[in-house]
Amino acid sequence: MILAKVIGNIVATQKNHRYENARVMLCQQITPEGEELAHTVLALDAVDAGVGDTVLIVQEGWSASTVATGKAGAAIDSAIVGVVDYVDLLK
Amino acid sequence: MQLARVIGTVVATIKNESLDSRTLLLIQTLDKDLAPAGKPQVAVDSVGAGVGELVFWCRGKEASFPFKREDTPTDCTIIGIVDSDAHVNNCRAS
Repeated sequence: MILAKVIGNIVATQKNHRYENARVMLCQQITPEGEELAHTVLALDAVDAGVGDTVLIVQEGWSASTVATGKAGAAIDSAIVGVVDYVDLLK
Repeated sequence: MQLARVIGTVVATIKNESLDSRTLLLIQTLDKDLAPAGKPQVAVDSVGAGVGELVFWCRGKEASFPFKREDTPTDCTIIGIVDSDAHVNNCRAS
């Protein structure tokens, strides 16, 4: 799983049918310290995350599809599975 | 999944039979500001996307799931067309 910050969402009318009623969030990967990395990823929201939230994104299809749509086997490679309260780092 | 711009088409007459009648498109992945990120790659289309359109694509094994034959050999499939550039609601946009 990766740490990321939710920075927005996208709107797509024409999309794979398994994406119906899903929220596709625009997320930016961050380091454990909170620094933003260049990598941007789209993830389906499974936990009602909002813009500004630090989130956990799973990047494995079976898990992402199951958690976001309730069923495996969809063309989904990333899903938000948690909102992070804080990261406790060993100094 | 990532955002990308369709920048061209690819024609291949001889290909795996499960790719017959599939459209191959050349896409350039974009970052949050819709600027190019990384190298262009070839994607299989599942939604009827065209050149110039803003799309999003799925990587890995899951990329083959939109097709009836799930053994379709692809690791990059276009699964949605973003309505317009303005429909990328990036709250950080400068």
